[in-house]
Formats: sequence, structure tokens, C-alpha cells
Amino acid sequence: MPIIDALLNDFFWRALIGGLGVALVAGPLGCFVVWRRMAYFGDTLAHSALLGIALSFLISVPLNVGVIVTCIALSVVLVVFQRSRALATDTLLGILAHSALAIGLVALSFMPDIRFDLTGLLFGDLLAMSRTDLIWIYGGAVVILTLLAAFWRGLLMSTIHEELARVEGVPVERLRLILMLMFSIVIAVAMKIVGVLLITALLIIPAATARRLAGNPEQMMGLAIGFGCLAVTGGLTMSWFLDTPAGPSVVVTAFCMFLLVYGGAQRTAA
Amino acid sequence: MSKPLIVLDQVTVAFDERVVVDRVDLSIERGDIITVIGPNGAGKTTLIKAILDIQKPTHGSIQRENGLSVGYVPQHLTLEPTLPLSVRRFMLLSGEPLEACQNALSRTGVDHLMNASVHHLSGGEKQRLLLARALARHPDLLVLDEPAQGVDINGQAALYDLIRELRDQLHCGVLMVSHDLHLVMAATDKVICLNQHVCCSGYPEDISHDPAFIETFGRPVAESLAVYHHHHNHSHDLHGDVVDGSCDHAHH
Repeated sequence: MPIIDALLNDFFWRALIGGLGVALVAGPLGCFVVWRRMAYFGDTLAHSALLGIALSFLISVPLNVGVIVTCIALSVVLVVFQRSRALATDTLLGILAHSALAIGLVALSFMPDIRFDLTGLLFGDLLAMSRTDLIWIYGGAVVILTLLAAFWRGLLMSTIHEELARVEGVPVERLRLILMLMFSIVIAVAMKIVGVLLITALLIIPAATARRLAGNPEQMMGLAIGFGCLAVTGGLTMSWFLDTPAGPSVVVTAFCMFLLVYGGAQRTAA
Repeated sequence: MSKPLIVLDQVTVAFDERVVVDRVDLSIERGDIITVIGPNGAGKTTLIKAILDIQKPTHGSIQRENGLSVGYVPQHLTLEPTLPLSVRRFMLLSGEPLEACQNALSRTGVDHLMNASVHHLSGGEKQRLLLARALARHPDLLVLDEPAQGVDINGQAALYDLIRELRDQLHCGVLMVSHDLHLVMAATDKVICLNQHVCCSGYPEDISHDPAFIETFGRPVAESLAVYHHHHNHSHDLHGDVVDGSCDHAHH
């Protein structure tokens, strides 16, 4: 279709369409991050994305593949270490998050021949969205939404009470892995828009904003998607007109909505 | 009476080299109320997990009746305040139809809370909700891990009464873990005192005299229980249900 083709030729529309696709999956997964208190975990995975990028350059595979594989590997390492209980989880996450980021940066500095935009990777780049990226984003979204729909009751139940879920026959461990797989996918596809340092913000802020207005889990997810879309649209528009970096602009927009919703709700409550 | 619902044979659970549950034999029949007591770290929760089939025993075997349905009431319902959830939704997540959920809620006396948010419930209401959720699944065996935690003292007695009533109505087996020694002694048929291994077991009246029990819990606890039993038996006396030698316990 010529109209869509014309739209996709424009980098701003590509970024916007991609961003909306990211918001579509960041909303539901962000809710799980908030419910399961996985904010720091999400950060750790996101930081490891940079290591994934370095590895992808090294063995020349697509960036997305490298990032997804690295994130999954890191989640498995985390689960194993957590079981051994040698260190508190937040200490462990702190070590792995920053080490993965640092190793990624060091590894990238060894590859002077490769052209990449570090600021873009860290903070997102409006100009970087390609048609291939869009395919990745919407492909990833289909996978994530299908998984969510298929395992919805189990995921929700194991989030509410893990042991109760186990007794009722929910495969808690397998669902945890599936959730990590979903996080890895969302990090790989959201990286282009908001950058590895700010992905967690795009997951958490819309979900937290939605909590204020939601009466049940599904509503919260729907609202989180809505707020995410608004944040992406507002942020990218801001980036376009004011020439601000894309990722921070999206996060600032999301934060403003958060303040509005919480401030507004406070006033009605008072 | 009937075939046991579940039989534990020499069940041992060890983490790494540390034995947490040591060669426990136990069998639960329909209509039983069995309470596991024991000091902190005695392996009570681990034993419960083995019975619930979420912790595999290192040694020994657990045999369950075919198609045994277990209702589990966890220690407390710590809910993330960020997760909006109504009582109705929480009940329906059990996968049981609405009618069964409503029935279970009215059995535990909290059906009026159907549309309330689970975050606004009191400690006692939460425990009753958890109990209702376990009931909705038509359990043959009800497993409760410190059911009266976070419930005020009057509520605790009422909760244990309710558990007895439910046992009578549903004719299920009940296994509880508890710290509330006094209340437990009144509510239970049989007590198992666990300290890794089963250090003693039997009827509440007998167990408070058991040297192993006194060693585990100390003389003051054992004595206070004996005194308690005096009171307990006394109230039964008033109903004409005299128990021989009941007053001797008080002089222990």
C-alpha cells in the first residue's frame, strides 16, 4: 500500500510505529515487573544488552539475536546464583548489572572498526529505526502477547502467591523462564527507542501510573499500554521538535503523566 | 476407620548436607485433625511442603490416595499492593465456578466481602478468604500453615473452631502447623512435636507430660499447657463431660 510505504519511508513515522509496538508489550510486562518487584532485575537484563551487542558484533549475528541470547543466558545465571543463596539478590543484581554494562563497553572499545553510536545505544535514537527493526518489534509483540494470553492464569496466580500456585499445579518454574524470555525479547526490541539505560523506566512508569486507576489486573495492563503509547508519542514528538534525545524524552513524558495521575488522584482523595 | 489419605514413610528432607526433616512417619485419615508443633527451624514448613508435593523428599516415600485433592492455606497472604485484585477475582483464579466460590466464602463467613478489594481485608478476613479458596477446590486434605497468624486472640479461637466445624461438615483430613500451643491443644485430635525428627506425638493431654516435649519446649510451657488443660477439662465438666484425672494435670 503506497500510503503505508510513504509512512515507512519517513524516519519519524517509523520510530513512532516502532515505539507504539514497544509500548504494546512494555505495558503488560511492566505490570509484571511492578507486581513481582523485578525493577532491579529488569535493569540488570537491560544493562547486559550492551554486552549482547558487543558479542553480536564479535560473531556477526543480528544485534537483536545477540541481545536476546545474552539476556536469557544472564537470567539463567541469575536464577542459578539465587538458588545458591551465597549473596543477597540485590547485591548479586548490582554486581551483574554493572559488570555486564562495563564488560560490554570495554568489549566495544576493542572494536574500533565497527561503526556504532554509543549514545544511541544507551539512550535511544529516533533516527535509528529501520524497517527490519519494525519487523522485529511487531514479531516480538506477537510472540509476547501470545505467550501472555496462553499462560495468563498461571502467570497471574504465581505472581499473587507462588506456593499456592505450585500446590494448585501451576508450573511456576517454567512460567518464570517464559517471563524471562519475554523480558529478553522486549529489551532487545525496546533498545532502539529508549536505549538500554532507560528501558526499565518504560516498563515501570506506565504500569505504576496505571495502578492508580485500575480495578483489576487486566485493566491495569490496558491502561499501562495506553500510557506507554502516549509517552512514546509525546516523547518522540518532543524529540522531533526540540531535537532532544529520544529515550529520555519518552521517559520524561511518561514521568509527567505519572505526576499528573498521582497528583490528580491525591486531590480527588483529599 | 478408612484408608489413609496420605502416608509418609521415613521421609527425610536434606538441603545440601543439612537434614531438616528426619525420618518422619505420618499418616492422615479423613476426619483427623493433626497439628505439627515444634521450635523454630524444626522443619515444620519443610514437612508441609513435602506433603504438598512442592518439596521432594531426599529419602523415604509419600503415598497419596488416588486423585487426592489438597487444599492449602498458606501462612499469610502477602499481596503486592500494586496488584489490583478483588476477592471475587482471587477466588475465581482457583479455576472453580463462581457458585463453588460463593459457597466456600459463605462457609468461612466472608461472603459479604465478595466485591471487596483483597487489600482492604483485615488479618482475620484474609485467613478466612484463604481458607475459602482452599475449600473451593473440594479438598480431601486441608493443610494449614500457621492459620492464625496475624489474627487477634478472639479471632484465633474462632478460626480454630471453624476449622473443626469444616472438618465435621466436609469430612476431610486436616493438618496444621501452629505456634499457638494453647489454642491448638484445644482444637486438635493429635499433636506431633517435630524437632527435625518426631520427638513425640499423641493426644494433647498426654503430650504435655512427655519428657521429650518438656525438653523441647521447656518446663514452663509444658506446665502452662497442663494448667490450660485443667481449664479446658473444667469447662467440659460443666457440660457433664467429665474426663478422669483431669485435675491432676494442674498439679503438674
